[in-house]
Amino acid sequence: MRIGAIVTRIMQQMKRDKRTLALLFIAPLIILSLMYFIFNSNEPEMTLVVSNGPAPFIEKLKTVDVKVVENNDYSSALLKKEQYDGWLAFKQNNIKLTLLNDDPSSTKAVIMKLSQALQPEQASRINLKTEYVYGDENTAIFDIFSPMLTGFFVFFFVFLITGIALLKERTSGTLERLLATPIKRSEIVAGYMIGYGFFAFLQTIIIVVFGIYILDIVHVGSILLVLLINIVVALVSLSLGALLSSFATSEFQMMQFIPLVIVPQIFFSGIFPLDNMVEWLQNIGRIMPLYYAADALNGVMYKGYAFPDIAMDLVVLACFALVFIILNIISLKKYRSL
Amino acid sequence: MGNNAILLNSIEKRFHQKQVIAPLSLEIPKGQLIGLLGPSGCGKTTLIKLIMGMIKPDNGSIQVLNFNVPHKQLLMDIGYMAQSDALYLDLTGKENLHFFAKLFRLSKKERAERVAYAADLVRLTDDLHSKVMNYSGGMKRRLSLAIALLQNPQLLILDEPTVGIDPVLKKEIWQELIRLKDEEQKTILVTTHAMDEAERCDQLAMLRSGQIIAYGTPHELKDRYQAQDFDEVFVKAGGDVR
Repeated sequence: MRIGAIVTRIMQQMKRDKRTLALLFIAPLIILSLMYFIFNSNEPEMTLVVSNGPAPFIEKLKTVDVKVVENNDYSSALLKKEQYDGWLAFKQNNIKLTLLNDDPSSTKAVIMKLSQALQPEQASRINLKTEYVYGDENTAIFDIFSPMLTGFFVFFFVFLITGIALLKERTSGTLERLLATPIKRSEIVAGYMIGYGFFAFLQTIIIVVFGIYILDIVHVGSILLVLLINIVVALVSLSLGALLSSFATSEFQMMQFIPLVIVPQIFFSGIFPLDNMVEWLQNIGRIMPLYYAADALNGVMYKGYAFPDIAMDLVVLACFALVFIILNIISLKKYRSL
Repeated sequence: MGNNAILLNSIEKRFHQKQVIAPLSLEIPKGQLIGLLGPSGCGKTTLIKLIMGMIKPDNGSIQVLNFNVPHKQLLMDIGYMAQSDALYLDLTGKENLHFFAKLFRLSKKERAERVAYAADLVRLTDDLHSKVMNYSGGMKRRLSLAIALLQNPQLLILDEPTVGIDPVLKKEIWQELIRLKDEEQKTILVTTHAMDEAERCDQLAMLRSGQIIAYGTPHELKDRYQAQDFDEVFVKAGGDVR
């Protein structure tokens, strides 16, 4: 019942703090949409240079929304200069495709549209050779890190809001006042976990549903699994935010944890390929919760993993949460010896 | 222990090498109103936290209401009012009261009764539905006092309960404290600066640099030091400390 009292109180407080609720629920959606549009902005305007292309093929390209510039005397140097998305050169049965690839997401779209246009009868007969002006065929951005992005937003906003809410309790003296009642320290931590966990749960659902159904982020695996991962992520960040708030004396100091705790985790969560890093750097990644979260989210959303494939990641995340919760209970001794 | 509500046996407390409570012993009998007087920084709040078991003494032992401190069950029997108002500003007065009442595991019926009683006692019944952030300083103080009375504790520990409260209400609160002591045999420990309040205590303990420099009834103390008021008692009694 004491836990219930804390949970109820947190609900009452949150309900009144409309701005914080907006931060929790709407800000991630705005940022996620913004990133979506930034990384996909070139897609509608796709221009291919075609040399010696057969007329029916050019017609076909136009039906799949590709702008065609016909130029029979072209070169990759010209392509670089004029910044078209690609150059398609026909020579009997050989086709040479040169892709500018300055933006991996539009390159992906070009390849996809081309394969639509070539399909199916021609593809078998034609020998397609692909070259890249920048990068290679492995570059893709939003598709790869959008799953991790949902986990990151859950982590970031939950961390910030619980950290600052608990800090307010510490500085206003209400936490100490709470401990002057016969409440157990574990009851306080449990109350916090459930109270803020409820809002984190709502936030997770909103972010995941928005990302998957509105922004159409790739999702091969089960959405329930994505929700499950993100809820565990929320618990980790909830307990970490609560814990770190005991090392801060003001909201400003709480914000200082962002470059220390949040930003490094982004680097290790899949935007940059971990395989190419030196070993000691890879090991640093392994102590970060978001590394496991990104691994699991990527697995489910991009590669279509099922529960057994990500169980290990979930176990590690749950261990993080457990350790932070226990440390929270211990750290409350600062306010009451018992 | 017997008739003592609080028994402090040569307790000591240091923070970062600084002696906050010098070896200090004190017996506070049950059913009395005890005033704790002293300048700020003399260790009043530390002493209160020691008695409640929030912090542990470095040396010595503490017994409160027959419990060895620290003891969680003991906190059920102590009504505590902190020096700073630790209230949830974004909740209403009523929500604050109900929140703390729940922490004391009062049944729903008891909760409603005690909240109504405590709110009425501090004259906040009409303001219970507005948010605490709209309260005046005195109203917040009164709400803190109401919270201390919620679970009907045997021992009340009030850290400067009447700061910022107007004279009329202050008088009423003191009348109620004395009634609680006389009719319900509660033990009340109050820290104060106000001389008129010191006068109404059964026993006074004067604290300076973590030591009790004088202890007795208000009348005794004035007689012993041939003083007109407690400021004078304090100066005369504390002369050898500094």
